[in-house]
Amino acid sequence: MTQRIEARFQKCRAEGRAALVTYVMAGDPDPETSLEILKSLPKAGADIVEFGLPFTDPMADGPAIQAAGLRALKVGQDTVKTLDLIRRFRAEDQDTPVILMGYFNPIFVYGVDRFLADARQAGVDGLIVVDLPPEEDDELCLPALKAGLAFIRLATPTTDDKRLPAVLANTAGFVYYVSITGITGAATPDFGKVATAVERIKRHTPLPVVVGFGVKSGAHAAAVAQGADGVVVGSALIDALKGTLDAQDRATAGSVEAVTKLVKELSEGVRSVAKRAAA
Amino acid sequence: MSAQAQPNSFRTGPDERGHFGQFGGRFVAETLMPNILELEKAYEEARNDPAFHADMEYFSKHYIGRPSPLYFAERMTEHLGGAKIYFKREELNHTGAHKVNNVLGQILLARRMGKKRIIAETGAGQHGVATATLCARFGLDCVVYMGAVDVERQKPNVFRMNMLGAKVVPVQSGTKTLKDAMNEALRDWVTNVSDTFYCIGTVAGPHPYPAMVRDFQCVIGNETREQMMQAEGRLPDSLVACIGGGSNAIGLFHPFLDDKDVEIYGVEAAGHGLSGLHAASLTGGRPGVLHGNRTYLLMNQDGQIADAHSISAGLDYPGIGPEHAWLHEMGRVQYISATDEEALEAFQLCSRLEGILPALEPSHALAKVMELAPQKPKDHLMVVNISGRGDKDLFQIAEHLGNQIV
Repeated sequence: MTQRIEARFQKCRAEGRAALVTYVMAGDPDPETSLEILKSLPKAGADIVEFGLPFTDPMADGPAIQAAGLRALKVGQDTVKTLDLIRRFRAEDQDTPVILMGYFNPIFVYGVDRFLADARQAGVDGLIVVDLPPEEDDELCLPALKAGLAFIRLATPTTDDKRLPAVLANTAGFVYYVSITGITGAATPDFGKVATAVERIKRHTPLPVVVGFGVKSGAHAAAVAQGADGVVVGSALIDALKGTLDAQDRATAGSVEAVTKLVKELSEGVRSVAKRAAA
Repeated sequence: MSAQAQPNSFRTGPDERGHFGQFGGRFVAETLMPNILELEKAYEEARNDPAFHADMEYFSKHYIGRPSPLYFAERMTEHLGGAKIYFKREELNHTGAHKVNNVLGQILLARRMGKKRIIAETGAGQHGVATATLCARFGLDCVVYMGAVDVERQKPNVFRMNMLGAKVVPVQSGTKTLKDAMNEALRDWVTNVSDTFYCIGTVAGPHPYPAMVRDFQCVIGNETREQMMQAEGRLPDSLVACIGGGSNAIGLFHPFLDDKDVEIYGVEAAGHGLSGLHAASLTGGRPGVLHGNRTYLLMNQDGQIADAHSISAGLDYPGIGPEHAWLHEMGRVQYISATDEEALEAFQLCSRLEGILPALEPSHALAKVMELAPQKPKDHLMVVNISGRGDKDLFQIAEHLGNQIV
């Protein structure tokens, strides 16, 4: 439901700040711990939560998210179980937007119509599917919009002005600007260039523009929050979680807290930048 | 096989969006889309430029050594006692396999586009060696991604690539084989998108790769047509080729797709057998989306890609080119499979009878020739594509046969 996303950005604007968007992998390192992490994120300062749909071959992700997906698959995580976790999250939290992020094959195999119905029923608000550019809109983007789910598009440094209208055409909820040409969790972007790019995209769309890839700390988050409507952090959270796992990749007593600690730091970073409140 | 309306021609695909029926497409990250559109445009221009074709012909003849012979395998024919068997000798090409046909085309295209850095994925190492070779010839930087498991079982090719000046990166992620090498090459491309050309080794990946690689490999079938007319005064009755991604097969098949009387057999790798670990995507898989295209894939109920297995690193891939998936559904090509054991047996038979050591990949095709040929009359003309030579596989074959090489 795009309403939950709109309401959340409205709230952040009213508070005069950018939104914090967090990404963790469903089922990493086990379903219950990942649910506990998901539940703790809004309390620690996350405004929107992205939940990763595990896939064996995540071709746009770096080592941290690749490994997280494989850890989840190893303990039997699949699309049905991921939607179940979201259902349980939604039972306690009706306001925080949930975005499912992943690759097309598990969704295609699940069946697009069935997936959209089940995802909506579970309380998913939007989808980010990395390997579906506008050229493949018929596959999932248009059916998702019809089903009332936001299809959130990635814009990248290679998306020039000529291409931007096509990228923005069927996008809803917000636009996700990928700060670098590269994979998740790799290089830290040049924040000056990112601000210029966000301005460029905002000239083409009234939607909020959030920025991700390469944001690792509260200071990074503050730098991005200067120009963007939101900041996305994923690999850094997964690294924090991984640092607490035992030799068999099992959660330990400090696992959830390691993630929430970093989320608090990121949240403070985002909140340290005052933006003009929306009229 | 679904009963679909038969097209007037099987040779007109893909459509402008890169689809062969429901297969193909452009399932890639947004970062790559502008590059893929640029590549499509550059290839269209090159395709219509006589100067590009003149370059292709010059280097095909003087550097690769084309045309490759169409050889009458007399002793194999006698031994099997049926069809008259011809070998299309792609293993005689420079670098020892059909892969170089495609690489030549892509490297000439990369030069036209002003790209100075070439990346490639490789399984058996033949595509990596061909890419490293042409990069050496044209003074281009070359990085080859190869699964760590394949690096181990194809050491001679790793050494060859190093000698040619390429950097071989062993890929440690996932199953450490060809699919992971392709993931890693795509990650490199996303990162170095402005100066890098991704030279894909088979008829898979996002449009325009499946069509472009096929076009570059069609020299195999076009020559076969002419050579068979010269040798026998008519077209062959059947064609047999092995299939991993399917580039040597589509190269042989495509020029004959509209010759309805020509039987066409694609041979997938059945590994330990179709009930165990194998790499036969059409026989044992179903439609899905991976590496930029929709095609048949080996995967579980949740759409997670399965581990493929074949004794041959070049066939060890859980997918297949989208055009093969379409030809399978249309019923124009019959897709069958051969196990590791059958391939090893065919390897030995061909070596002893013809004095030709085939690679393990075409040994799969030969295994099915051993089955098909005896069922055919003596005037049946059967062409099998010997897509590569077996030197690279000798250590591995020795191990399987329980022999010591030295």
